[in-house]
Amino acid sequence: MKRAHLGEFEETVLLTVAILFGNAYGFNIKHEIEKRNQRKVSIGAMRTTLSRLEKKGFLVSELGEATKVRGGKRKRYFKVTPFGKKVLEEVMENRQQLWNAIPGAAFNF
Amino acid sequence: MTPKEHKPSPPKKAISLLRWFCRRDLLEDVEGDLHECFDFHVKSKGAGTAKWLFILDVLLLFRPGIIRYFNIFPSLNSNSMLKTHLKISWRNLLKNKNHSLINIGGLASGMAVAMSIGLWIQDELSFNKGHENYDHIARVMQHFILPKPGGSTKWVPVPVGSELEQSFGNDFKYVVTSSHTEDHIISKDNLSFSANGNYMQPDAPEMLTLKMLKGTRTGLGELNAVMLSESLAKKLFGEENPLHKIVKIDLKHEVKVTGIYEDLPKNSEFNDVSFIATWALYVSLNKWLQDSSDSWEYSSIQTFVQLLPHAKMDIVSDKIKNLIHDRREAHKNLRIETSLHPMSKWHLYGDFEDGKNTGGQIQFVWLFGIIGVFVLLLACINFMNLSTASAESRKKEVGIRKAIGSFRSQLIHQFFSESLLVAMVAFVIAFNILIFTLPWFNEVAGKQMDIPLSSPWFWISCIGFTLLTGTIAGSYPALYLSSFQTVKALKGTFRSGKFAAVPRQILIVLQFTVSVTLIVGTIIVYRQIQHTKDRPVGYSRDGLIYLKVNTGDVHKHFEVIRNKLIASGAIREMTESNGSVANYAYGVGGLEWRGKDPDFLDNFHISEISPEYGKTVGWEIVDGRDFSREIISDQKGLVINESAAKMMGLENPVGEIVKWAGKDWTILGVVNNLIVESPYQPILPAAYRLLDWPGNIVSLKISPSQSIRDALEKIEAVFKEYAPGVPFDYKFADEQYARKFNHEVRIGKLASVFAVLAILISCLGLLGLAAFMAKKRTKEIGIRKVVGASVFKLWKLMSKEFVSLVFVSCLIALPIAFFTMKSWLQNYEYRTGVSWWIFVAAGAGALVITLLTVSYQAIKAATASPVDSLRSE
Repeated sequence: MKRAHLGEFEETVLLTVAILFGNAYGFNIKHEIEKRNQRKVSIGAMRTTLSRLEKKGFLVSELGEATKVRGGKRKRYFKVTPFGKKVLEEVMENRQQLWNAIPGAAFNF
Repeated sequence: MTPKEHKPSPPKKAISLLRWFCRRDLLEDVEGDLHECFDFHVKSKGAGTAKWLFILDVLLLFRPGIIRYFNIFPSLNSNSMLKTHLKISWRNLLKNKNHSLINIGGLASGMAVAMSIGLWIQDELSFNKGHENYDHIARVMQHFILPKPGGSTKWVPVPVGSELEQSFGNDFKYVVTSSHTEDHIISKDNLSFSANGNYMQPDAPEMLTLKMLKGTRTGLGELNAVMLSESLAKKLFGEENPLHKIVKIDLKHEVKVTGIYEDLPKNSEFNDVSFIATWALYVSLNKWLQDSSDSWEYSSIQTFVQLLPHAKMDIVSDKIKNLIHDRREAHKNLRIETSLHPMSKWHLYGDFEDGKNTGGQIQFVWLFGIIGVFVLLLACINFMNLSTASAESRKKEVGIRKAIGSFRSQLIHQFFSESLLVAMVAFVIAFNILIFTLPWFNEVAGKQMDIPLSSPWFWISCIGFTLLTGTIAGSYPALYLSSFQTVKALKGTFRSGKFAAVPRQILIVLQFTVSVTLIVGTIIVYRQIQHTKDRPVGYSRDGLIYLKVNTGDVHKHFEVIRNKLIASGAIREMTESNGSVANYAYGVGGLEWRGKDPDFLDNFHISEISPEYGKTVGWEIVDGRDFSREIISDQKGLVINESAAKMMGLENPVGEIVKWAGKDWTILGVVNNLIVESPYQPILPAAYRLLDWPGNIVSLKISPSQSIRDALEKIEAVFKEYAPGVPFDYKFADEQYARKFNHEVRIGKLASVFAVLAILISCLGLLGLAAFMAKKRTKEIGIRKVVGASVFKLWKLMSKEFVSLVFVSCLIALPIAFFTMKSWLQNYEYRTGVSWWIFVAAGAGALVITLLTVSYQAIKAATASPVDSLRSE
């Protein structure tokens, strides 16, 4: 089976969306990544990644209710799809296999 | 009351930028995220930093995936929209056939005029451009500044060329001395032709970049060399190779053909030069030239130069300003300036005043250019007027289109596609008109223009021109019609207000102002031509012919030929001369007579004649007597014209002695003024003397009792007998005289064609407008008729508006025409007046034409049965 490709940043975003289950929208995701990974994320970079992931079918989104904050703009909530979950698992398994394949002597410094 | 907390807000500019470029489906949540981010930053870092971070974030959003799809190319949908637009336009055209006919017909004729004028201007501007060194070639001009009136001439003294080379050599690449372009006989064996040619120095072919078909450009090195144009070579040699063959010039001088060059194009100054012989040969043949080789007094040759690439034309021209003046010995009180006249200005800027280049043909380029633009503008105005007038009937369409969701921009597109369609159809028709009328236009304009079908520039400009016309013509209707308010247009309450017709009225006034001005202009040009044609010429042109004789044969047998021809009854009289009834032989100054003011600068035009001249041309002796063959001392006599007598200020000139060239001449008689050079100029002071060597012109007065054809046959037979080598190439004096008007007649013809077209197009427009007005007021007219209005009253009602508009145009046009034509007439010394009746006639004419045009529609509407117009509804 051909595996869907998942980049490093994409993986981070996808995982963060899963962490923030039920409350995963733009600013929150950005904030969460910045907090956990200690790196700056621009809204532009994050938003394009989100769109890309949605297009690949790893995410779905829906608009929430309008609130007074955010200049009256609605939030877009993201949720990981089963396919998204499968891809994440595949990535993890793949990493696991790679780890398992490392001979013991390799890390004996 | 707690004061409302001041809440910082993100920069507005950045938000609108975001809103502009961001994808529509992403915009809402992205903007929300940015907002939230901003609020977060305000709390953690302060409002100022937050603002900057906000802007930075927006800029970072400017990346693929976020930027929306900009519709740069029309999508499929608008293509099909365009298709419907075109379809509907086409249906509209077919629906209103008359309207479309007027529209397209008017636009097509306007375009045809503009296109022919465009070709003409293109041709005018392309003059001499065929010569590769176009930018560096110039002709030396001589300007007589004092005495007044001075004048400018391309004839310069013989040593000018060599002096330029010696003293100013490092500015010039080539200096070429040349003879006039003269008529000579070129013959081979027993074939002989009359051909124009120049005697030039050897660098000429290189300077003029002649395209050599045979031989090289260096062919004029030997004394007896000649280069022939392709067409002359064909005439002389047919298919034979002419190189190194011998031909004769004027039946005497044998020269060897060393090159054949491609005929120079019609728009070259040297177009009529069909052979080039060597300057050295010219000098060796003409004793007067050898005598005057060092003389700065006589101007008899031309000098062409080609500048080196680094030399600037006007700087060099300034350097040689005093070239001739400083080297003259006699008459130092004359002020003479020398300058270079660049090749690029020969054709369009040929006029000089006080040594300054003042213009010339270029004014006609401007004039016709403006006329072309105006005629096209008239046609565009028609289109606009008709479209806006028909707006009434299309307002429902606009209303419905808007109601079912059409944007204004779509309506504008629709009307533009309509006008572009009309423009394109008109262009196709105009193009066909152009193809059919071009031969005629060529004849009138005296040109040889082709439609440059293979030139991409031609097509680009044609397409651009059509688009431009369509856009101009369609702009007003498109913008006006699309501005209707939906509700009003549908409810029928839409009333074009009191001033809605004002732009239309202004356009009509503009149209008729142009037309009336053109009419007045045409009438005055024609009157000026007629006025000059009616000017008494002072001699009799009937049956007067003359021909060039370059060989001495006629002179040798003059008595015999004359007696034979008179005896046969073919002619009345015959004479030989240098100079003809069309031109004087040369001009001189510095003559002296009793009582002459020493400071007076005189200027005589001289013709050398045989004693029969007066009887041949039929001049009138006012005082004294004519020359006589019997009186030997007449060789030292002069006959002057009245103008010369006036200039000399002598009360009784007959018998006075005139000193000229170291000799004493007696004035034998005074003749009436003959128009010899330009019929528009005052009569030049002239003096006639007897020939002391063979003349180059023979004039014959055909006997009135003979038919011209018989007489010509007899004359030819006698000439063939005694002067077999002379081509019998006679010219009729009256035809030659008429040719002096060619230029003016040409302008008159063109101007009248344009004037007629202008008025025609304007009337077409009026006709269409009147038809619309009549249609719009059908019901009103019906009711008026029912209540008892007469046909006359209705006619008056309908025509009043147009007539008053045309009247206003006349009021505007007449002063414009008056001042323009007055200044045009200033160009002519002998001119007609601008009389008031011309203006009255033109104005009345315009009014009558308007009335006729409008009345057709008015009467049609007024005589229609009111039942028909009132029955519906």
